Amino acid sequence: MGKPRLAIFDFACCEGCQLQIVNMEEEILDLLTVVQPVEWREAISDHSEEYDIALIEGSITRPEDEKRLQEIRGRAGILVALGACATTGGVNKLKNSFGMDDVKACVYGAAAGMPHLATAPTKAVHEVVKVDAKVHGCPMSRREFSYVIKCLASGTTPVTPNYPVCVECKMRETICRYEYNEVCLGVITRGGCNAPCPAGGLWCFGCRGLVDDPNVDAAHDIMDKYGRTVEELKGRMRLFNNLEGRP
Amino acid sequence: MTRAISIDVHHVTRIEGHGNIVVDAVNGQVEKVEWQVPEAPRFFEAMVRGRSWQDIQTIVSRICGICSFAHALASIKAVESAMGIEVSEQTDRLRVLAFGGEQMESHVLHVGYLVAPDLLGVNSVIPLASSHPEVVAAVIRAHRLGNEWMELLGGRRTHPVSFRPGGFGKLPKDSELRQLKERLQKIVPDLSLIAETVGALAGKLPAFERPTEYVALVEPGVYTFYHGLIGSTDTTQRLPLNRFEQVVNEYVVRQSTAKWARWHRDSYAVGALARFKLNHSYLHPLAARTATSLGLTPSCCNPYMNSVAQVVEAVEVVEAAIEQIDVLLTEGIRQEAPRRVHPKAGTGVGAIEAPRGTLFHKYTFDDNGLCTGANLCIPTNQNHANIQKDFEALLPTVMDRDEAQIRLLLEMLVRAYDPCVSCSTH
Repeated sequence: MGKPRLAIFDFACCEGCQLQIVNMEEEILDLLTVVQPVEWREAISDHSEEYDIALIEGSITRPEDEKRLQEIRGRAGILVALGACATTGGVNKLKNSFGMDDVKACVYGAAAGMPHLATAPTKAVHEVVKVDAKVHGCPMSRREFSYVIKCLASGTTPVTPNYPVCVECKMRETICRYEYNEVCLGVITRGGCNAPCPAGGLWCFGCRGLVDDPNVDAAHDIMDKYGRTVEELKGRMRLFNNLEGRP
Repeated sequence: MTRAISIDVHHVTRIEGHGNIVVDAVNGQVEKVEWQVPEAPRFFEAMVRGRSWQDIQTIVSRICGICSFAHALASIKAVESAMGIEVSEQTDRLRVLAFGGEQMESHVLHVGYLVAPDLLGVNSVIPLASSHPEVVAAVIRAHRLGNEWMELLGGRRTHPVSFRPGGFGKLPKDSELRQLKERLQKIVPDLSLIAETVGALAGKLPAFERPTEYVALVEPGVYTFYHGLIGSTDTTQRLPLNRFEQVVNEYVVRQSTAKWARWHRDSYAVGALARFKLNHSYLHPLAARTATSLGLTPSCCNPYMNSVAQVVEAVEVVEAAIEQIDVLLTEGIRQEAPRRVHPKAGTGVGAIEAPRGTLFHKYTFDDNGLCTGANLCIPTNQNHANIQKDFEALLPTVMDRDEAQIRLLLEMLVRAYDPCVSCSTH
């Protein structure tokens, strides 16, 4: 049996997750021993409509993009959502707190009515088609990406961590951001990133989405202990997990 | 016999984002030539409304994965300007140093991974790993160093976390800066090898000249990426940043979801070639020698040479970084907390020379430090009209070539601008 054929497609996003693949440098050559890339517009000039694994970067914001995604789903045996825009809708869902005519007028002014500027509320990939695996994060982690691809190429199911970021801060002995009088989302956010943001001097902003069953009681205790409010936590949660205007 | 040329490149490859090239010509007469941008807009200027000054950088760095440091820093400069915050000299120097890493990473990625395959007649960098192993190894080393340089100062290599309005959430140690300096010194031979290779292939770049207006930040005595006023090759006047809207004059066209820009002419260009034309006299010695050896002169109006200017700048940022580290180490890193920000109502503008050209961010805040409005103008916004004008000038001069060659020339022209298309649509 030949290597599975891999195709990468991007929708509304910053393409920073594809950049993480490039940033693997020569490790890419290792991955090429288990998969065969047949389409990757950002790095390769090849084009193919036949592939086994489709990697989807970005969120879905227009009817024509939904259609394109459905066509990709129809051709791919396995479909993977790559990075926060694809797995949660990412920052692109901040748009959903406003009316579509309002956001168009805000950005394009008098030209907002031109047909090519049409837009719809942002959706994550799983809100449009069935998703077989997710690589979380903004940007996604290179280590996790490599792990997921190797699992899929060998026919095994990748395991996604389901514990909060706090666990990883403790492992790294990073001083809690609440000790700096800051509101951090690590208590409810899915770990697996190795908590680079608190270690790098910033609070967790929730790019990996929530753990499946967040410990809300513990989160309340922390808010009380440090004199912060749940409203502050929810305000920051909107950045990568906005639930307003849910389609 | 009728000779019809019909080119429809639906999503140009090896660029960031989605762009199309459409050409229709009959018997040497061009009927249609368009650079189209169908990228899905994300509406960042609308999305930041209601968000706190503390969260702006986290949101807007997501405009671009490839120049996330530029967006984070431009937004932080704008927030600081709106809130009346002056940062320490150390913060300023460390930001300039950090930003050099992004220039090198981005330029090496573009020249080594995206442009080189065109010059060597292949579809991607992958076959070059076996056909040109030494220079590909040098590209990988330089690209990795750019990334690790960014990681040391920004906390991560994409979407930085250590920068804050007022200063740094985490500072590097003196020992880490010393290590970085040693690695920067060691990368110089790799950059020289990359420059020699580009020099040997530069003859394959089309000899196409089209004078246009070139715009970049300018600062006396410095080949600047971070400070300065707005300069242009069409005027000796230098504009303060808060007048950037008089420079960009953005407008919407039918063929693009990204806005176009114009100043003194129908279009202008930003990026490495524009910076070189305006600021070449302030290059460090090795960067200046690299420009000379690559045949890059200030009078150059060949857009394909932008990639060559990027090689010169990769050398420039390494030389400048070594000097900056020396100054930082002489004084020693002070573990200072970010300056305290007292939110207040106001408007601020921040500008920076992103790898692809001048980037402007403007935000207005209310009394509580919540954002009430924004205007963001991205380098590739400012290049789209110029790419279109280049197409219109180039195409009639190459109509005798076959369709595949014409297509490649147009694709290479787009790539030369190193466009960040999703960034420009934001």
